[in-house]
Amino acid sequence: MIVFDRVSKRYANGREGLSNASLRVEEGEMVFLTGRSGAGKSTVLKLIALLERPTRGVVIVGGKKTGSLASRHIPAFRRRIGIVFQDHKLLPERPVFDNVALPLVVAGTPLKEIDKRVRAALDQVGLLGRERALPLELSVGEQQRVGIARAVVSKPPLLIADEPTGNLDPDLAVEVMRLFKRFQEVGVTIVVATHDVHLVRELGLREIVLDHGHVQGADKEDPLPGMVATR
Amino acid sequence: MSLGLVSYGTRHVQALLASLGRLARNPFATLLTLLVIALALVVPLGLELFVTNARIATGGFANAVDLSVYLKTDVALAKAEQLAKSARARPGIARVELISADAALAEFRAYSGFGAALGVLSANPLPHVLHVHPTADAESAESLEALRRYFVAWPEVDVVQIDAQWVMRFNAILEVLRRLLIIAAAILGAGVIAVIGNTIRLEILNRRGEIEVTKIVGGSNSFVRRPFLYAGILYGGGGALLAWAIAAGAITVLAPPVATLARSYGSHYALVGPTAQELLILIASGVILGWLGAWLSATKHLRSIEPRA
Repeated sequence: MIVFDRVSKRYANGREGLSNASLRVEEGEMVFLTGRSGAGKSTVLKLIALLERPTRGVVIVGGKKTGSLASRHIPAFRRRIGIVFQDHKLLPERPVFDNVALPLVVAGTPLKEIDKRVRAALDQVGLLGRERALPLELSVGEQQRVGIARAVVSKPPLLIADEPTGNLDPDLAVEVMRLFKRFQEVGVTIVVATHDVHLVRELGLREIVLDHGHVQGADKEDPLPGMVATR
Repeated sequence: MSLGLVSYGTRHVQALLASLGRLARNPFATLLTLLVIALALVVPLGLELFVTNARIATGGFANAVDLSVYLKTDVALAKAEQLAKSARARPGIARVELISADAALAEFRAYSGFGAALGVLSANPLPHVLHVHPTADAESAESLEALRRYFVAWPEVDVVQIDAQWVMRFNAILEVLRRLLIIAAAILGAGVIAVIGNTIRLEILNRRGEIEVTKIVGGSNSFVRRPFLYAGILYGGGGALLAWAIAAGAITVLAPPVATLARSYGSHYALVGPTAQELLILIASGVILGWLGAWLSATKHLRSIEPRA
């Protein structure tokens, strides 16, 4: 589903976000990106969603080389990726329904279909009945779940999440991760960037460790347990 | 209709309604913008109405370009009739009226108020006069001058008077006003584009976050731009309607005194408002200028907003 082949990303301010990083995520897999803040987790996610383009190397997402994708094809490309943010990036003055419906509206989905799918997505995150609430009327955990509902409402084959539990207490964090696990079980490929190593080990899923823009561990399929322990 | 077309239409209706809703939520700011646009549009509209009304008000005279050919007093009526006949045969002349000395005196007696005094005269001092109306294509200054020379050359003719100078001047003034109208429309049209472009720019900056999120979830540039284009169209069209309202108000205020003035000249002239065609042009101009201003602004400013997660 995702292949990074010797990818480097240098930002305009000279900071090296990623250095010669190679990694691979199989279709239907749920993978964690871990490492300290600034290790390059967010850069990997941005490169996947084409929010940034690599300085060097090749990024392949869903069989497409993102480097050669023309700007006008980026919107269609992004519609096949659900993105969850730490600050959830909800539109504060729009009700929950509108926020979740946005990816469908953008894709030109018929209104009836939008209604059905928004309710289904809210049901999946346990927020059915809160359609008319404004994001700020919800708790932080609920806001994050609205963000997740928005990410999955168009049933994308790939879901990426940047520190989705960063602002949540441990119980809520586990709940969110379980939610992701359930999406994985129905075939969605999931990449979650997090610094919460405990949570990752609890779930027992594969982990890609980043450090100063480098992918740690020669064998990407089986990262060294020792690397996990170093925080 | 295909499903694609339906959803395309749906998206447009959604964008239109969203823009309308947004304008309605900020009534004061919207009204100010509409007012500025209306003021810019009402100036050319007002000039157009002024020219139209001036033409109508003077309609009876504007085409009354004619020559009065005064014959010498010793020319007999039969000779005058013969001259009138040969004048009628000349190209460039639509109509020739012969006003005989007797008819002129009778008219003068009736209307001048000197009736009694004129009775003292032993003989009629007035000459026969030919009123010559040129054809429409011979109303230019050169043709009139040619006609004048033609008549002056006749031995029976005493004086030729062209009654057209003020008419031609008047028409020239109207032509100047019409050119002014075009210039004003061009300048103020550019103003409308600038006002709407700037309004849309501020709107885009205000909604930066929303635009970023929309792009992240796969909104194309044209999707993001669409509501702004509709906002521009609504501003332009709304401004045009407001300009019409202002013009209609002005006409309502001006109509009674103008009617009074017209009556004092014995005319039944009444002010006319914009015709359906003028209204259509006004609204179409507003809509097109609004769309253009929004398009220029949105295309420029939306490009600079790319999501940086």
